[in-house]
Amino acid sequence: MNKLLVGILGGAVMALGVSAASAQTLNDVKSAGSVKCGVHTGLAGFAAPNDAGEWAGFDADFCRAVAAAVFGDGEAVTFVPTNATERFTALQSGEIDLLSRNTTWTLSRDTTLGLTFAGVNYYDGQGFMINSTALPDINSALQLSGAAVCVQSGTTTELNLADYFAANNMEYNPVVFQGFEETNAAYEAGRCDAYTTDASGLYALRLTLANPDEHVVLPEIISKEPLGPAVRQGDDQWFNVVKWSLYAMIQAEELGVTQDNLEEMLNSENPEIRRILGQEDDSTIGEGLGLENDWVVNIIREVGNYGEVFDRNIGAGSPLAIARGLNALWTDGGLQYAMPIR
Amino acid sequence: MASQTQVSGAEPARASWINDPKFRGIFFQLVVAAAIIAFVWWIVGNTTENLRRANIASGFGFLNGRSGFDLSQSLIAYSSNSTFGRALVVGLLNTMLVAVTGIITATIVGFIVGIGRLSKNWLIARICTVYVEVFRNIPPLLVIFFWYLGVLSVLPGPRDSVDLPLGSYLNNRGLFLPRVIWDQAAWVIPVSIAAAIIAIVAIGIWARRRQAATGRIFPMFRVGLAIFIGLPVITYFLAGSPATVELPELSTFNIRGGWTIRPEFLSLYLALSFYTASFIAEIVRAGVLGVSKGQSEAAYSLGLSPRRTLRLVVVPQALRIIIPPLTSQYLNLTKNSSLAIAVGYADLVAIGQTTMNQTGQAIEVVAIWMVVYLGLSLLTSGFMNWYNAKMALVER
Repeated sequence: MNKLLVGILGGAVMALGVSAASAQTLNDVKSAGSVKCGVHTGLAGFAAPNDAGEWAGFDADFCRAVAAAVFGDGEAVTFVPTNATERFTALQSGEIDLLSRNTTWTLSRDTTLGLTFAGVNYYDGQGFMINSTALPDINSALQLSGAAVCVQSGTTTELNLADYFAANNMEYNPVVFQGFEETNAAYEAGRCDAYTTDASGLYALRLTLANPDEHVVLPEIISKEPLGPAVRQGDDQWFNVVKWSLYAMIQAEELGVTQDNLEEMLNSENPEIRRILGQEDDSTIGEGLGLENDWVVNIIREVGNYGEVFDRNIGAGSPLAIARGLNALWTDGGLQYAMPIR
Repeated sequence: MASQTQVSGAEPARASWINDPKFRGIFFQLVVAAAIIAFVWWIVGNTTENLRRANIASGFGFLNGRSGFDLSQSLIAYSSNSTFGRALVVGLLNTMLVAVTGIITATIVGFIVGIGRLSKNWLIARICTVYVEVFRNIPPLLVIFFWYLGVLSVLPGPRDSVDLPLGSYLNNRGLFLPRVIWDQAAWVIPVSIAAAIIAIVAIGIWARRRQAATGRIFPMFRVGLAIFIGLPVITYFLAGSPATVELPELSTFNIRGGWTIRPEFLSLYLALSFYTASFIAEIVRAGVLGVSKGQSEAAYSLGLSPRRTLRLVVVPQALRIIIPPLTSQYLNLTKNSSLAIAVGYADLVAIGQTTMNQTGQAIEVVAIWMVVYLGLSLLTSGFMNWYNAKMALVER
């Protein structure tokens, strides 16, 4: 009975899987003419449509970086907004080629969902936000016993929340929604006392609330949330393209290659810069990846290096003004470290 | 000519087996059956192969794993240490809770409104008409949003709760009612209720026999009600009031203690009840109008009062018309309860989605949903078919 049902359903779910599961993503992307990139439905600073109706943000720019590496054109991206519960299915079924959507890298996701994380582009941690006007006496997450907590379902956040309250012998009342927007609306309407998600998400959400100054993010960070892009398992070539696109952005920052000085850098004498920009004689820097030798040049020209993307979307140059913190380069005491490109 | 004579005769012509209708029938049925089996075989193989190739775990083993998430409402003991299987059972029970309470309320409201539309009182009839037309023509999801966002969300916060009688509170976190905590001696209450029911049935049988023999009518409804309420109440006081009441109280964040009905449940329950009630009202009205006028006229001419005419002549006949379409409304209500996901009520679909996302086992979870909703629907229609058969006209 079970096998039969699995079969019937499988026909529907996996009908697309025949082509999707093949190890030809790079060729499929090239022939389709754009990278189908799964992003958030609207998280300010990470992926949200801007005033001109274009997807903007840290995660959206990573999609553009991959498109630039493949096509030399950062706009060759088809953005697919996905919510927390449908994101993995979208990747499994081949609806998207790349998931760039504040997704936490965990063991179970790596081993049972048929996907592979291509690196960490944002080191995050889970926090709590409360309305300080309604709850003036609360200044620690440890005082939240008995609170109603808004959380989005199908996230690692939901699991960390349960673990944190259980570990501290506190009670809470989860108010769980499928969608990001519904969860926010419930918090804003006062259905819950606290809202929990990744700290970066809390800062982004806070900006979109009616009175951002009334809301404070509590100091406790209760989990490790390494966020990164993910691709389907079993296609090492595409995995490499995505992974090295991220490393190239980080490496470019380390070498001081920016969107502005790119033209000068192309004539640089520094052998390391010449190598990653494909300026060496007989350069083979793109060959192993199935890309052109100027793929790094294209990424920098289209979106800039890691630091530029960070500042523009979520860092000092944005309304979110998130400090680099753990996301500083390893040379500045952070965790961002690119494998050598050679 | 000879062949025509044969065809018109008792013995049919012995045609070739290709033209034999019996053979053809069997042949084509076999072809269709084989095609279906081949199709299913292909799909099962294709799915298994693709799941394996995509390195996606499959099978129902995940049901025994620790869920790790908490749920807002549970009828059975549940924590984040329980299994995914138990979480899904919690979801099933929550679905059944809202379906059963919704069906009961929708039926009561539907019958009242349906009869109300037939009222000779102009105002009552018009109010009922407006109610039916409004709720019948709005998608159920919007009705749920109306209750959740339009009515319950705009209530004040816990600190400014609306005080209701008997120590109850209403705020945007839900309806907080006093909870009755029974002592050990409270077992006598259910026993007395059972005794009351047995007594009512016995008196009912006696009253029917007496009426058949002497024609005298016994006021069964009033006596029955008195026994049903009176016996447990008397027992309660004789047993020395074996219960205490826990009143809800305001704490740091919220109101604690007492019995809480969450706005998610409340909005879904109210929306489903009032939405479905508008359809039931129309079914009831159609059923009552479907009983020919001659039936009630005949009853009046026999000297039955209007009330007894309604109860003994009109309603039993109307029920035969009402029950079959009522069944599909009950099924609709149960299935519409999956819209719970819109307001974050922890029903089977919501918990299934969470499970699907935490484990990635989409195919298995969808299979569970389908089997459960199919089972619930078959149970409901099975019960309603039994009731319909019981109510059907007994032909002699």
